[in-house]
Amino acid sequence: MGRTMTPALVAGLLFLAACGSGSGTSGAGGGSGEPKTGGTLTFAVGSDTGCADPQQVASNDSIYSVRQLVDSLTDQDPETGEIVPWLAESWDVSKDASTFTFHLREGVTFSDGTELTADVVKANFEAVPDLGALATLATGYLTGVKEITAEDPQTLTVAFEHPNAQFLQATSTHSLGIVSQASTELTPQERCTQGIVGSGPFTLAEYVPSQSATLKKRTGYAWGSSLWTKDGEAYLDEVVFKVLPEAGVRTGSLQSGQVDAIGNVARADEPALEASGATLQARANPGAVFNLGVNNSNPILQDEKVRQGLRNAIDRQQIADTVFNSGTEPATSILSRTTPGYHDLSAELGYAPEEAKALLEEAGWKPGADGVREKAGQKLALNLAWFANSPTNQPAVELIQQQLKDAGVAVELKQYEISQGPEVQQSGDFDLMWGNLTRADPDILRTLYSTSLANVYRVPASDLDSTLTAEAGAVDAAERKELVAQAQEAIVGNAYVIPVVELQTKLGVAARVHDLNFEASSRIQLHDTWVE
Amino acid sequence: MMRRYIAKRIAQAVGVLWAAYTLSFFILVLLPGDPVTAMAGQGMDSAPVDPARLEALRAEYGFDQPAPLQYLEYLGRALTGDLGDSVATGRPVTQLITEALPQTLLLTASALTLALLFGGALAMAATYSERRWVRQFLLSLPPLGVSVPTFWIGLMLVQFFSFRNAWFPAFGNDGVKGLVLPAVTLAVPTGAQIALVLAKSLSTTLDEPYIATAKAKGAGRVHVHLRHALRNAALPALTVAGLLVGALMANAVVIETVFSRNGLGRVTQAAVAAQDIPVVQGVVVYGALVFVVVNLLVDLVYPLLDPRIVLAPTRPQAVAA
Repeated sequence: MGRTMTPALVAGLLFLAACGSGSGTSGAGGGSGEPKTGGTLTFAVGSDTGCADPQQVASNDSIYSVRQLVDSLTDQDPETGEIVPWLAESWDVSKDASTFTFHLREGVTFSDGTELTADVVKANFEAVPDLGALATLATGYLTGVKEITAEDPQTLTVAFEHPNAQFLQATSTHSLGIVSQASTELTPQERCTQGIVGSGPFTLAEYVPSQSATLKKRTGYAWGSSLWTKDGEAYLDEVVFKVLPEAGVRTGSLQSGQVDAIGNVARADEPALEASGATLQARANPGAVFNLGVNNSNPILQDEKVRQGLRNAIDRQQIADTVFNSGTEPATSILSRTTPGYHDLSAELGYAPEEAKALLEEAGWKPGADGVREKAGQKLALNLAWFANSPTNQPAVELIQQQLKDAGVAVELKQYEISQGPEVQQSGDFDLMWGNLTRADPDILRTLYSTSLANVYRVPASDLDSTLTAEAGAVDAAERKELVAQAQEAIVGNAYVIPVVELQTKLGVAARVHDLNFEASSRIQLHDTWVE
Repeated sequence: MMRRYIAKRIAQAVGVLWAAYTLSFFILVLLPGDPVTAMAGQGMDSAPVDPARLEALRAEYGFDQPAPLQYLEYLGRALTGDLGDSVATGRPVTQLITEALPQTLLLTASALTLALLFGGALAMAATYSERRWVRQFLLSLPPLGVSVPTFWIGLMLVQFFSFRNAWFPAFGNDGVKGLVLPAVTLAVPTGAQIALVLAKSLSTTLDEPYIATAKAKGAGRVHVHLRHALRNAALPALTVAGLLVGALMANAVVIETVFSRNGLGRVTQAAVAAQDIPVVQGVVVYGALVFVVVNLLVDLVYPLLDPRIVLAPTRPQAVAA
């Protein structure tokens, strides 16, 4: 009777969060005919953060809906990574990248009728540090802010204590999407449960936590991003986001036409969806690829040769081809291809099992009787911490365990809940840690590997620090690109971290849906989307 | 004497509620992590979180206090009827529960009705049938129903009755149509339990001498089955039905997740994932309350079914059959 039952259908029960990721620039569906105005799009996601405030959410499933409620000061071109006008018509950045002046567009209103002014934006940014535990992204972007000044109604200046080149890209993200003055005055929890008032192409009509979010077209909207193809209002009248935690139900609902699009398509569900006429749309997530974060303070892993040995022992193509959705690419740097400043290091990240063995031999680790390498009576045994927040994590780390075993390294897998993540990172109680980090700006490298910040991976102080500091202060795009390339070479060359595969966001989209586009962070933009 | 009995049961119920409240608190506290780290770690990405900021947030939410102190504070408030606010959403726990409750009650009540009807009918048919193979076939169904995972039944039903044939919606709380699949799914394990117990106790009862007497007096088979046997055999099934209320609520968590139905199960699942202690405790207290009340009602119904049962244990002579 289970003829069409996919393994994922059975296996996927009760999966909690797992926001996907990925990005793509071109719309789904063939461009058949003229775009039509009106209609409803139903989008099924797997989870809900319980919060309808873009400044506080970090998981894709929540970002998809709340992103549509707000506009940002800037937008980012998914093709080039370039920052382009949205609410800000233009901006000036000081020579040391520490002061940013935005010139706001006139005539923008929030859906409560109030006007967008520099004071409102100031109130937005000043409220961010008090947003509480959820808002880790937004607070990170504004760290080190010195003064925010509304020079006049259309001019806003944000000054930082240190050079902070990433801030310009940060203003394009959902995390710094602008809400109305009234919304900034609510408590963080009120913002979550009531939802915020924005100036975006859609307004929040109803939000039922863990259940659904209903968005209505904002009438009179006329200040879309410079990247959008349609001027004025959105095509769609209504967008309904449904939370369907069970992957099999999401897939079946798309196949049977009960929903129009779904997030997080698993490899096993792809053939059935394609057979039903749905389009699969994929884009690699920008930012740090899925990697084995190395605890560089571990006595075994302090040896560069051991780290490089591990790096060469991993068959990235096999992992991409068996675990992740089709089209997933092996890592060719610590940054993914869709990240601005990405630098191709595929030569160093090929599968080289013999080299790996030679490196481990050189480091003094000789094969033991049970196949596990030994040195002075100690076994080459490492633990690998991973979190149960995505269905692909377990098969990925299990395959890595196998591959490293072939090189004579014993890996013990340690599973944690995602809520334990911050603690595991802080305590340093791991040898290797599986993870990724989505961000469409190369400054993610400084966040992760600078010794002057959290330095979760206990990277030793080196030239890398000065490179990363220089990158944060580089206003000139070419100069920044050069510095970021140097940083990637240092990180991958020294194997401070072991890049594995890119994360690819894959959406399933019904044939009646057109121009459901990925933005630069591989999340969705629905202003230009239309349905037949 | 009835009053004394009920007073005693209420005292027991309060004890059960307190134990459930305390146990759930300490289990949640013993879990690694806390609501603050759960919130900070949302999403799939592994962004490092500033430790100083985490400490500040813990202090803000009161999670820097020693667990026993937190417990006393929660308990003190609970005694005044205030179950506190959700850590994750800031909304009052009582409000969260009362909002979600009607949908879950509707679901569990429908499922229990279906379970009693079909489970009862199955047991009756199995014990009534004189053909050996029919009997054996029918009796083999309940163990199957008990052992198959509920979520699997749900997924199979959705597959056939929603995806392949669009007769019912696959998700949501809309109307009677949306209720059918989840209620049937939930009714399967419950009905199977009832059928299991009732069939066993019916076949035992049917061997009793008084049944033979009734038959000898010329009572028809149907009459004997319904009038004489069922009444006595229903007692164990009723006890099980009382216990099943607990299982129904536990299964509702799974069913509501599979069918994406709004209800107490979803609230529970989200709260456990977020380690939202006040909400989990609110649900636990509510669950314990329902369980205690239902089982008290079951006990009170016994004498109506079987006059030999008297609830006051102080009069032992009354128990004599």
